[in-house]
Amino acid sequence: MTIRRRDFLKVSAAATLSAGLPRLARSADSASVYDIEKFGNARILHITDTHAQLRPVYFREPSVNIGVGTMQGQPPHLVGKAFLERFGIRPDSADAYAFTCIEFEKAAGRFGKLGGFAHLKTLIDKLRSDAGQGRSLLLDGGDLWQGTGLANTVQGADMVEAANLLGIEAMTGHWEFTYGEKALRENLARFKGEFLAQNVFLTEEARFNDAKAFDPASGRVFQPSTIKEIGGHRVAVIGQAFPYVPIAHPKRFTPDWTFGIRDEELQKLVESLRNNDKVDAVILLSHNGMDVDLKLASRVSGIDVILGGHTHDAVPQPAAVNNAGGVTLVTNAGSNGKFLAVLDLDISKGKINDVRYRLLPVFSELLKPDPAMAALIDKVRAPHVAAYGEKLATADRLLYRRGNFSGTMDLLICDALRSELDAEIALSPGFRWGTTALAGQPLTMEDILTETAITYPATYVQKMTGAQIRDVLEDVCDNLFNADPYYQQGGDMVRVGGLTYACAPMESAGKRISEIKLHNGQALEAGKSYKVAGWASVNEQNGEPVWDVVAKHLRAGKPPNRQGAGVTLKGVDGNPGIAGLG
Amino acid sequence: MNITDNKLSRRVILQGAGALALVGLGNLPFGAPVLAAANDKYPEDAFKQKSDADAIKALYGKTAETSDKIKLDAPEIAENGGVVPVSMTTTLADVSSIAFVVAENPIVLVAAYKIPAGTVPAVANRIKMAKTSKVTVLVEAGGKLYRTDKEVKVTVGGCGG
Repeated sequence: MTIRRRDFLKVSAAATLSAGLPRLARSADSASVYDIEKFGNARILHITDTHAQLRPVYFREPSVNIGVGTMQGQPPHLVGKAFLERFGIRPDSADAYAFTCIEFEKAAGRFGKLGGFAHLKTLIDKLRSDAGQGRSLLLDGGDLWQGTGLANTVQGADMVEAANLLGIEAMTGHWEFTYGEKALRENLARFKGEFLAQNVFLTEEARFNDAKAFDPASGRVFQPSTIKEIGGHRVAVIGQAFPYVPIAHPKRFTPDWTFGIRDEELQKLVESLRNNDKVDAVILLSHNGMDVDLKLASRVSGIDVILGGHTHDAVPQPAAVNNAGGVTLVTNAGSNGKFLAVLDLDISKGKINDVRYRLLPVFSELLKPDPAMAALIDKVRAPHVAAYGEKLATADRLLYRRGNFSGTMDLLICDALRSELDAEIALSPGFRWGTTALAGQPLTMEDILTETAITYPATYVQKMTGAQIRDVLEDVCDNLFNADPYYQQGGDMVRVGGLTYACAPMESAGKRISEIKLHNGQALEAGKSYKVAGWASVNEQNGEPVWDVVAKHLRAGKPPNRQGAGVTLKGVDGNPGIAGLG
Repeated sequence: MNITDNKLSRRVILQGAGALALVGLGNLPFGAPVLAAANDKYPEDAFKQKSDADAIKALYGKTAETSDKIKLDAPEIAENGGVVPVSMTTTLADVSSIAFVVAENPIVLVAAYKIPAGTVPAVANRIKMAKTSKVTVLVEAGGKLYRTDKEVKVTVGGCGG
């Protein structure tokens, strides 16, 4: 522990933004990486996309995160060494381990797991206490209630309890909506904070039928914003839910609600808060994804800071975006509880004078778990520990998910689908949640659920023509690489098993995918029919849940398939969003 | 929510119903005698065209220039390609006709409206889209033709982050 602690303390690259000009500061001499220099009169703490990871995790950041159009080579589309250089992080340091994929396994052994709600609680309490009474606020950007077998089983109720104990004062949502309106409202009735979403409206039919809405006149389903007094100043927080819930997920979960980015409605809301409510600062708590937030920041004026999530980008420094009203700072705070964002504001009447922003990696081994939160976690897990503890296999290599095209964990899922459902081809969704397992680590039922626990887990087997398969690949690829961020949905590329293809991300829609071949090297024929297995379909399916299919496959102990991702990239040589194919 | 709110919301909806929503295209009242000019017949030919340029030509016989005085409200990504809410307003003066064209639909002209003098030029309709396409709204005003376009994506359904 002594050696490990010294590793941590050598360097902590905390990003500091001053007077609108990004500038890195290093607190190499500080006694602890979590002692932060006091600044300003209001501290906002932000977590996002924790995906219900109550306990500390390993999570490998991507080695492929390609930016297209104006985002090419810009944060968050930097990986590996390019990321370290851009943010002035020392190679081989604790921060390099937290923020990048470089030598992940070696560094994981050295620096341990990150996150965990008991550890987060300790850190949050310390930072709030440092700020002083009435001078801090804790916000959650959504994807808090989904991501584990437990959360899926209890429809997020465990995370509502954890959120209350953690002291979350406001949140917005994404996967929260996939539990459906009834479960969502039951959870919100128990949630002590406020659920904010300016961009969720009743459909015209639901409005006509007088469905429940926060504001029947506008049709807004949820409270759009709240005003908090922090450090003697009025800070408005607006919620921006994931804009594409009914498209990225089955529409049946949210039949009465319509979403969208809604930047015109947002602009009106900002103006109303500024002009009528006379707030001193405006924060957007967003689940748009970083590229969408960067575009939104250029179009909507009057927002001081966008605290962003969804795309799971751990970005140490805010991006400053110019717009008609001045400058808006845009952040993204990573995922899975790995990071806690600290936004210190110096506010005076009607404006923010200066800010400091830090994205702190939550190194579990440096933080004493909070006893009350640890007890709560034990309590909510207790009924399921035996079932989840079943060891199914041992990880034969590093198993991770995150990456634009593939991950070893998804290759394993595709193998399971093809082998158990006797299909030529497997398709698996490009989710960005799901933790990392180290080689040699036991894989339990709980681990498999952490990769698969959703409310539409049914597998399917269907015949698809080569042309249909190609259309699916092109369609999902455009969701990822459309040059206009407003047309992106924020997930990664659908994972394929039994198939290889070439992809040219910089091409236009319908022209990115080529050279599709079966694993035996035969070209996929447009008119020929193939047997395809998959899961997480937006259409209703009735196959076995994917986690049972994967568990069966692992229990059978078949030799691992070590075929690679099978994706050849074209036209992106030298892109700093690539550090090896993953 | 109480009963008063319910009544209020219904009233608000009814007040807002000034924008005409038309989906069925065959029954447009183009034959109304007061508007009986040569081009007020049902534009049968225009509704048969397979390309946006041909449809615009058949309907108006002229080309349109892009105008920032037309506001087209359509989603970036449709929640349901079968019913895509698309609406428009314009500050152009003397509007006589408004039409919607979806370039990638099998029949590209979706709807055409005659706007009598003195009518607020605002139309809301729900259109059916076969696939991702440019959506165009055309406005004839003061004898000239104007347009604005927006790409609307129709996706097979994706994967969230």
